Amino acid sequence: MANVEISLPLPVLPEGWAGEKDFKSIGQLSQATDRNIEPIGPHFLAYARRKRHQRTFSEDDRIQAQAHVKQVEDEDPDDIDEPEDPLMLQREAKDWKSQDHYAVLGITRHRHRATEEQIKRAHRRKVLKHHPDKKAAAGGTEDDQFFKCIQKATEVLSDPVRRRQFDSVDEGAEVEPPSKKDTQKGNFYKLWGKVFEAEGRFSNNQPVPKLGNDKSTKEEVEHFYNFWYNFDSWRTFEYLDEDVPDDNENRDQKRHVERKNQAARRKKKTEDTTRLRRLVDDALALDERIKKFRQAESAQKNKRRLEKEAEQKRLAEEAAKKKEEDAKAAAEKEAAEKAAKADNKKSKEAAKNAAKKNKRVVRGAVKDANYFHASGDAPATQIDGALNDVDLIITRIDNEELAALTSKLNTEKDAAKIKGIFQEEVKRLVGAGKVTEGELKSLA
Amino acid sequence: MSAQTDPAQRVAIGISFGNSYSSIAYTTGDGKSEVIANEDGDRQIPSALSYVEGEELHGGQAKSQFVRNAKNTAAYFRDFLGQQFESIDPSPCHQSAHPIQHGDGVAFGIRDTDEDKENTVTVGDVTTRHLKRLRSSASDYLGKDVNAAVITVPTNFSDAQKEALKKASTDAGIEVLQFINEPTAAVLSYDARPGAQTADKIVVVADLGGTRSDIAVVASRGGIYTILATLHDYEVSGFKLDQVLIDYFAKEFVKKHKSAGDPRENDRSLAKLKLECEAVKKALSIGTTANFSMESLVGGVDFTATINRTRYDLLGSKLFAAFTRLVTHAVEKAHLDPLDVSEIILAGGNSHTPKVASAVRSAFPDSTTILAPSTSSTAINPSELSVRGAAIQASLIQEFELEDIEQSTHPMVTVTPHLSTAVGVLCISGDESSGIFHPIIDAETSLPVRRTATIATPREGGDVLIKVAEGSRHIKVTKPESKPKSEKEEADDEDSDEDESDEEEELREKTWKVGKTLSEAAIRGVKKGGKVEVQINIGADLSINAIFREVGAKGGIRGIVQGHKTNGST
Ligand SMILES: Nc1ncnc2c1ncn2[C@@H]1O[C@H](COP(=O)(O)OP(=O)(O)OP(=O)(O)O)[C@@H](O)[C@H]1O
Ligand SMILES: [Mg+2]
Repeated sequence: MANVEISLPLPVLPEGWAGEKDFKSIGQLSQATDRNIEPIGPHFLAYARRKRHQRTFSEDDRIQAQAHVKQVEDEDPDDIDEPEDPLMLQREAKDWKSQDHYAVLGITRHRHRATEEQIKRAHRRKVLKHHPDKKAAAGGTEDDQFFKCIQKATEVLSDPVRRRQFDSVDEGAEVEPPSKKDTQKGNFYKLWGKVFEAEGRFSNNQPVPKLGNDKSTKEEVEHFYNFWYNFDSWRTFEYLDEDVPDDNENRDQKRHVERKNQAARRKKKTEDTTRLRRLVDDALALDERIKKFRQAESAQKNKRRLEKEAEQKRLAEEAAKKKEEDAKAAAEKEAAEKAAKADNKKSKEAAKNAAKKNKRVVRGAVKDANYFHASGDAPATQIDGALNDVDLIITRIDNEELAALTSKLNTEKDAAKIKGIFQEEVKRLVGAGKVTEGELKSLA
Repeated sequence: MSAQTDPAQRVAIGISFGNSYSSIAYTTGDGKSEVIANEDGDRQIPSALSYVEGEELHGGQAKSQFVRNAKNTAAYFRDFLGQQFESIDPSPCHQSAHPIQHGDGVAFGIRDTDEDKENTVTVGDVTTRHLKRLRSSASDYLGKDVNAAVITVPTNFSDAQKEALKKASTDAGIEVLQFINEPTAAVLSYDARPGAQTADKIVVVADLGGTRSDIAVVASRGGIYTILATLHDYEVSGFKLDQVLIDYFAKEFVKKHKSAGDPRENDRSLAKLKLECEAVKKALSIGTTANFSMESLVGGVDFTATINRTRYDLLGSKLFAAFTRLVTHAVEKAHLDPLDVSEIILAGGNSHTPKVASAVRSAFPDSTTILAPSTSSTAINPSELSVRGAAIQASLIQEFELEDIEQSTHPMVTVTPHLSTAVGVLCISGDESSGIFHPIIDAETSLPVRRTATIATPREGGDVLIKVAEGSRHIKVTKPESKPKSEKEEADDEDSDEDESDEEEELREKTWKVGKTLSEAAIRGVKKGGKVEVQINIGADLSINAIFREVGAKGGIRGIVQGHKTNGST
């Protein structure tokens, strides 16, 4: 055995890789398959020598060794003998066109689904059974008619083109659409499902969607009917052609038959398309799901309409209400504003009066404080100065400050204290930057 | 065993015994197989016996009796051996003695003495007579009394059939050393050629014989062969190809000689037609035209005609296609892809036909070698493949006691576990960072097995990781329109200049998917440009014993992966 040469490089050892003695066992090999090796050739003999070790194997060993061995020669799994119709066995080979090829080969359980392999095996079984030599042995005549039927059936079914032609007109594979009555007994899906499954064999597009059941979604059902209304069929009708005369003499006759056949094929094809369309129409008409979906749809529509109307009503009501409220609010606001205005005027007047009164109090307090003169009658200059200063204070403060000052002065009769209050006020005003230091001489 | 010969006294040959033809071969002192011609000079000896006035005719002489003495000519009987009458297909005997029921088995009713009386001759007896004739031809040629043989049989030959054949052989004075399967005999005849190297490969043996076709998919692993799948078909056959020519020439004849009638409707004419058509078919394997020539085909009318190979290829196209389909089906049945097939050995007489080879050729990728006369100058004659294999096997075992041979071919020896996936290592390739799998031992290799691989290391050497893993083969299919701009254009510049108008052909490639990791090992300090050697031993219990070392360095890393305890066959 030659060495395996691998020119692609091995990977670099990853950083930090470690194994005991640089080796790590990680996984086990997958289960092996027991097979027979061929006891042939020098390499086998060398192997057998090693394997035997001079041992002798017994019959038991044989059984044990073979217990799980993979078989290569397959026994046919699906070989069933379908019963043979005695009438069929009496068929003449010349009538091969009208024979059911699948029945002849005993594979009506498969029909268009039969694989090439199944057809072959079926043929073989029938040959073994019906070869004329077998009949002769059984004391029968050397009649080989049915044997020829078998050959014919295989000839047709093992040629893909001819098989399709036969499958196109294979009555055994047809499933008649159920009557309306049967359908309405609640078997719609079962009965029509079979019909569509059978029709589906002609489809160029595979897989063919299934009819489904009452749980199918609307999309599925729509897809299903769309598919069937756009069905692309390979069905052809050559098989039903009238035989074309084989001889060369009658050329015109030949051409005539050929033309006739062509026309017949076209006609049948058109008829078949129409038939299928009707069939789909019928199914559609009987399909409860369509009604269901339609009802659901109109219910949905209704619901949506009602909802819309209700919504509109609500919106209208809401708008009316809002309008009313707005109007009310506006009126209230106007009234309030009016009232406020009136209030304002009153309070302004009151304030004015209060200020007047307060000013009077303040000015009076100056007099009470003897115009800030220490003792005795105050000279005129002192009086003027004091009054001027207090007026200045009054002009520099607002009504509230004036009120505050007034309330301080209101009950005070003591001259010194009054002067103190004024001085304090001056000080505050100086602090607020409204009066400059020393501006008020009398209160200095 | 009563008829056992002392191994030292044995003169053993290989025999291939077909329904249509038989061959005999021996192995020369220097280990080459030689096919023996009989007295008539035939190496393909028709498996036929005919009786004329009590005289036994054999081979080609018997076959020519199909015309005048069909009823007393027995042919195409091998598959009847050891079978019940219900299970046989008498079709091939349409133009010779018909098989009849006899007790549990099959016989022929023929006048085999000079008495005017039909005798019942069992298939076993007919076979014995046939084998006697083969034996005597071989003995005459070798100048020694041949007394033992390895005989090839189809893979679906039942134990009962083998038993019957063994008895018939013993009765003919031939000790059967071993029955071997026809397809593996064919593989062996290729592998036993001087200078041939055993390799790990999938070989398909496709045999288009006279009455049947048989396909076998064989895993060939270092000279050990395992049949993975077989297929048999009795409708795709040389008979059917002959029929195609029979129909063609019959129609030609009718066109020319309308009044003489259809030669197919007269037994004797049909027999003549058939013999000549087979000859024409054989001639078309070598020449591009062939002549049909028959005196008095029907009612004294002579007929000559020519046919060219193209016409024949066309007439037989359905059968050639059917045969090709069988080959691809068998590959599918083995769960393989055409890309897995390394070689197709075309066997059976009809594999001489160039169209058979070219039809199969076109169904397989270029990586598959087709071994047939028309595709390979070194191909072995497809009619001789089995018999050569048998002769080689005979030379290998003729010195063994029969008991020894029986024990060596005992299921305790032949039933072995086979790997279900390939085992290999992970390597680095240019664009793939994750590492790609490279197989060292292929799937379907019989255990125990040992394989060694030498693997490159990174350019600078250094420490490397050897990851042993399982890998499964995967077919990557690329659609043609999205032809990606190859990043490594230098690499695949080998595109053929001839632009075959292959429209929309998808590109299929064999790739590997990494499966289970089995072990990791490190080799440290590999020299620049150094290589690493990996030896993997897998036991029948699925244990792995591996040795990793730098090529040329001493020692190395050893590692063991435990096997399964459950496997019974050890
Ligand atoms: N040179 C040739 N060219 C074409 N066909 C050939 C050639 N030689 C033999 N054959 C055909 O090969 C067939 C015989 O093949 P082979 O010798 O492999 O038969 P066999 O193993 O006895 O067959 P089976 O058991 O299937 O009947 C016949 O159909 C014969 O016509
Ligand atoms: Mg053969």
